[in-house]
Amino acid sequence: MSAPAANPPLLLDRTKAKRRAAWRRRGLVAAFMSPWILGFTIFFGYPLVFSAYLSFTHYDLLSPPRWIGLANYRYLFTTDQTVWPAVKNTLWFIAIAVPLQVLFALGISIMLSRARRGVGVFRTVFYLPALAPPVAATLGFVYLLNPATGPVNTVLGKLGIQGPLWFDSPQWAKPSLTLLALWGIGNTMIIFLAAVLDVPRHLYESAELDGAGAFARLRFVTLPTISPVILFAVVIGVIEGLQYFTQAYVAANVAGGSASYSAEGASELGYPEDSTLFYPILLYQQGFRYFNMGYASAMAMMLLAVAFAVTFVIVRHSRRFVHYQAPGR
Amino acid sequence: MSVEAAPARATLVRRRPPVAVRRRRFLVAVANHSLLIAAAAIFLLPFVFIVLTSLMTNEQALSPKLWPDPFAWHNYVEVFSKAPLWRYALNTLIYGGLATLGLLLSSIPVAYALARLRWRGSNAALLITLVAMMLPPQVTIVPVYVLWAKLHLVGSLWPLIFPNFLGDAFSIFLLRQFFLTIPEEYLDAARVDGCGEFRILTTVVLRLAKPAIAAVALFSFLFCFNDFFGPLLYTGENSQHWTLSLGLSQFRSLYQVQWNLVMAATLIVMAPVILLFFLAQRAFVEGVTLTGVKG
Repeated sequence: MSAPAANPPLLLDRTKAKRRAAWRRRGLVAAFMSPWILGFTIFFGYPLVFSAYLSFTHYDLLSPPRWIGLANYRYLFTTDQTVWPAVKNTLWFIAIAVPLQVLFALGISIMLSRARRGVGVFRTVFYLPALAPPVAATLGFVYLLNPATGPVNTVLGKLGIQGPLWFDSPQWAKPSLTLLALWGIGNTMIIFLAAVLDVPRHLYESAELDGAGAFARLRFVTLPTISPVILFAVVIGVIEGLQYFTQAYVAANVAGGSASYSAEGASELGYPEDSTLFYPILLYQQGFRYFNMGYASAMAMMLLAVAFAVTFVIVRHSRRFVHYQAPGR
Repeated sequence: MSVEAAPARATLVRRRPPVAVRRRRFLVAVANHSLLIAAAAIFLLPFVFIVLTSLMTNEQALSPKLWPDPFAWHNYVEVFSKAPLWRYALNTLIYGGLATLGLLLSSIPVAYALARLRWRGSNAALLITLVAMMLPPQVTIVPVYVLWAKLHLVGSLWPLIFPNFLGDAFSIFLLRQFFLTIPEEYLDAARVDGCGEFRILTTVVLRLAKPAIAAVALFSFLFCFNDFFGPLLYTGENSQHWTLSLGLSQFRSLYQVQWNLVMAATLIVMAPVILLFFLAQRAFVEGVTLTGVKG
């Protein structure tokens, strides 16, 4: 805009042209962004706001929403007997299954990074289960861990061990789901492997010169260097833990063994004895089986708050234990 | 581990490690490989059992015997008569195909605008995209369901397909990350030649970003193939529109199918994905690594 003012008409032309160009550019950005603007308004912004509103109403999809103030939240926190088990199950999964997954993936990727032969084959084998569609993998595991005739208990029996009831026992249902989750760590493993192989060689060499053994090199070189990737895996794991649905739903359904697509089927959710009733499953049951949509919205608001808080806390506190390589590549 | 080559170098004279050290290293390598082999065997075992069971007769699947005797190959024919697997497959293809198409058409320009066009608010838009990616879908599901119910589209595949034509947060983010790595010089060269931004996108960027676009398309299709919550929510009442994932989940309970046939169906559902993996292994690994490293 600071063109020399020697020739006023030209200057005027120029600013006009510039302004026109700026508008054209804005139009261009708007055109490129138009799917996003529409999509995020209709499928993200509006539902968030409307969900907040619905959480203060009684709504069953048939009659218009009726304002009931905080009643949904009061019921959620004080009366509903199923919320606490659902919260506990979800916390159990996040506190036990997610760290196990990360540790397991880390262990395998470190072993893989040291393998001298057959790395490609091993990598494929460990990745393959992650490809199995969740429903298929769950069905497979429900059969494998079938207490009476499943191959796992058959093999355990031959070894003289009385296998547990797995998906049919309230104590073992979540560990069974954890086994299923550990089977499918392929994606995390690939990400870790890439990170471990990316650790600069010279760091190992200088550590070795300082007399660091294999364990010390792992503890003081490998782990700190890949810590951002570990954090990433933990965050993703926690986020996925909060939405854990498919495997628990299918396992309860198949092990519970009733026609699921019926009103009675809803009672099979959480089988056995609510031990696999995770928070998203309860939300689904309330919203889309019982059509308590106001109440389901209140549950959704709580999930929103927790998801926000968890992500925020993890990312905020990460500075303390995560090492980021100096910027400027 | 190029320890053997080291002594030849002049500056850093490294002695060949003593026998004890070499022996220990060898033992560690052996232990490492044995552990890997054991772990790999455990990872493969579920597949093995699923395959074996899918070839058993029903009586045998319910007995403690682990090896099929005789092999019941006809299970793979019979399973198609138990449930409309072809229809499920067709529905899955419609869902995955159209959703992926829409997702690419909408997400590519958005990602380009976020990565390469400088404009006020682009950071805010990116932040919103990231938040949308992180939040559980259950948070917004009630009003979205109400919307589709009001449009009388619950019971069809449209609620699953249509939103993809308006951009998908994860794909936008992934593509943006990749577009950022394209050197500015290429784009400037095209600009000097008089290319508009749209032509730059369709010619230069699309050509350079082929691997990333392939990975995004692959992930999108896999997501649709694996999706259970969406089809359950929107097509649950209408088995005409069930996808493979949903149909398979109902095998045992609704159709009362025996375990051997269920395992055959399970394998039939797993097979396309595994086949796809071997055909497009590079796109897979690159895509997974891209999500992780750049996150």
